[in-house]
Amino acid sequence: MNPIKTFPKGGVHPEENKLSSDQPIITFEIPKQVIIPLGQCLGAPAEPIVAKGDKVKVGQLIATAKGFISANVHSSVSGTVNKIDEVMDHTGYRKPAIFIDVEGDEWLEGIDTSNTLVKDITLTSEEIIERIKQHGIVGLGGATFPTYVKLMIPKDKKAEYVIINAAECEPYLTCDNRLLLEKPYEFLVGVKVIMKAVNAPKGVVGIEVNKMDAAKMLDEIVKKDKYFEGIEIQPLKTKYPQGGEKQLIKSVTGREVPSGKLPIETGCVVVNVASTFAIYEAVQKNKPLVYRVVTVTGKSVKKPSNFLTRIGTPANMLIEAAGGLPEDTANLINGGPMMGKSVSVTTFPTIKGTSGILMLNEKDAQPRKVSNCIRCGKCMQACPMGLEPYLLNRLARQNNFEETEKHNIMDCIECGSCEFTCPANIPLADYIRYGKNKTGQLIRSRNQK
Amino acid sequence: MYCFMSNILLWSLVILGILGGVAAVILFFVAKKFKVEENPLIDEVESVLAGANCGGCGFAGCRNFAEACVKAAAEKQSLAGLNCPSSDMTKVAGILGLTATVAEPMIAVVRCNGTCENAPSKVHYEGADICGFANTLYAGENGCPNGCLGLGDCVKKCQFNALHINEETGLPEVDEDKCVGCGACAKACPRGVIEIRAKGKNNRRVYVACNNVEKGAIAMKNCKVSCIGCQKCFKTCPFEAIEMRGNLAYIDFTKCKQCRKCVEACPRGSIHEVNFPPRKPKAEAPVEEKTAEKIVEQPNESKE
Repeated sequence: MNPIKTFPKGGVHPEENKLSSDQPIITFEIPKQVIIPLGQCLGAPAEPIVAKGDKVKVGQLIATAKGFISANVHSSVSGTVNKIDEVMDHTGYRKPAIFIDVEGDEWLEGIDTSNTLVKDITLTSEEIIERIKQHGIVGLGGATFPTYVKLMIPKDKKAEYVIINAAECEPYLTCDNRLLLEKPYEFLVGVKVIMKAVNAPKGVVGIEVNKMDAAKMLDEIVKKDKYFEGIEIQPLKTKYPQGGEKQLIKSVTGREVPSGKLPIETGCVVVNVASTFAIYEAVQKNKPLVYRVVTVTGKSVKKPSNFLTRIGTPANMLIEAAGGLPEDTANLINGGPMMGKSVSVTTFPTIKGTSGILMLNEKDAQPRKVSNCIRCGKCMQACPMGLEPYLLNRLARQNNFEETEKHNIMDCIECGSCEFTCPANIPLADYIRYGKNKTGQLIRSRNQK
Repeated sequence: MYCFMSNILLWSLVILGILGGVAAVILFFVAKKFKVEENPLIDEVESVLAGANCGGCGFAGCRNFAEACVKAAAEKQSLAGLNCPSSDMTKVAGILGLTATVAEPMIAVVRCNGTCENAPSKVHYEGADICGFANTLYAGENGCPNGCLGLGDCVKKCQFNALHINEETGLPEVDEDKCVGCGACAKACPRGVIEIRAKGKNNRRVYVACNNVEKGAIAMKNCKVSCIGCQKCFKTCPFEAIEMRGNLAYIDFTKCKQCRKCVEACPRGSIHEVNFPPRKPKAEAPVEEKTAEKIVEQPNESKE
């Protein structure tokens, strides 16, 4: 295996708390009713093509992508469409969703539901990308960016590396780790599929050293089998945000993505572990994205678990299965503790981007007293993008968005390292997100003119 | 030693004095040569403006507005379309030798009554105290996606100190004496809770203190005083001043005659009346007679 690498600038090391890393993935029971929101990806929500009373099967297309950055939505169960209505999602806002009453578990014809490993990649590059698009694969790390857009390489560019983000640098989350341990062959075939799709000679799996068991296992498989030639396992230092796209590229290749540019500028395509597995299933098994692994965890949770869940399963069912909502829960988070967002209801449906449901106890979620900035500069040392969070925070508070743009606020990856390290407990990431949002609006309105 | 020091003092005074004199002469001639000719009226107009640079007139600041006024007076002989909500336009017109049409005074109105009691908090928010940011994150502590978030973006924007957050209710309150209706708060509010309405006759106003657009059943759960779109006020209004915007009733202040029938009709208590004297049981009888015919017409229209 290669020597351990890391990115040079910034980063923090929060408590890892991977409580569920020993828990095998449990296939979660299919609920009586699933609620499938139409907006499950970054970009425009999909448009429903079924109506009330329609019979649907597992894997059937129920809503089509609208626009370039958008993804198809498939039924994750078989049954009858109950209604198309609004549902309160994790933000507390109501979003359109399709409610399906479950009847049996009948898959659409043509989908291979067996467990046999399919190694031969028969499709061409274009066909692979088309299938990924049709099967509604999005980035399952949490950003939910449509994967097919990522894989369409511009004509003047060439992909050299396919980098698989197996860093899983978020504390608590273990869904990617478990997937690597339990489905290593499927995962590696998935890497091969992506390499063929973008015509890249090399595939690198970047994995943090706190998951050495998975790294060693993958390394052995790759070395034993000629088929997996070109794939490398790259151990990375356990440091947050190792799994940030730009940080990962820097760690693995030493190349830096220019400000405001996409990773393809450096000849890299970065895909998440769960997405890679989904791509394998879509391309080799013709299976649309209908389930994903969700980590349900927390220090006071009785049984921290990894569930293979159908999309649209209400989150409270998963919480029940993990031993119920602990009494001392003070904060329920959709995602990990660093980048996840607090939720206001427990009944929100799990979607493609739900990588974890985290229940923080009172002790950990206790509000810390905010005091004034003491100009210690710790946030600057922690920022992996080399920005000045204290300054961006101040400018954003002053609503000075021309100045925030000059100080490269748009390069912020919203990892929250600055806020984590701030001794004055200033919600830096919040203000910077706000500033980034407003600066983005400013830039867009200027470009339109 | 003393002598030497006084010499230094003396010399520095003399040298600095001469330098100052020379610079003054140079500056005098430079100022003459590069003098910018400006209409003195602009300064005069600016001096009677509020000077808050609130933006209520639509210009970048008071100086720009004063320039626009002088320009309009010179070119069009009228101040049509120019109005400063926070100062006396008759004074401006007087300086420019015109007569001003006094615009109707406006005031900011908070269209949300989701107090801590009416709409109890279900979750607790910790984070940046910016409504514009909280709005992108979640629906609100009480679950209402259209109501006031209570973090005070409007208060921060107000140049006249006319808004403050009431600690008990968690909602912004408008100080009627200080508010000039410039609209800075309404622009700052990410949910459009604050509306600029006419101050009304005798400073009396009737308005729907709710901004909800969700279905009635959902709105009922979130807040005790939410508008549920039952259309009772819409059917009651004798002056067709109320329109239904989806599930929300809206009272058009240009049509409202302040009969207050809608206030009584509202089953949720979400229509507010401000500055009216206490009700007398039969005081409104004459109004009813006048409008009896229209009441009959109303239901048909609402079905269309």
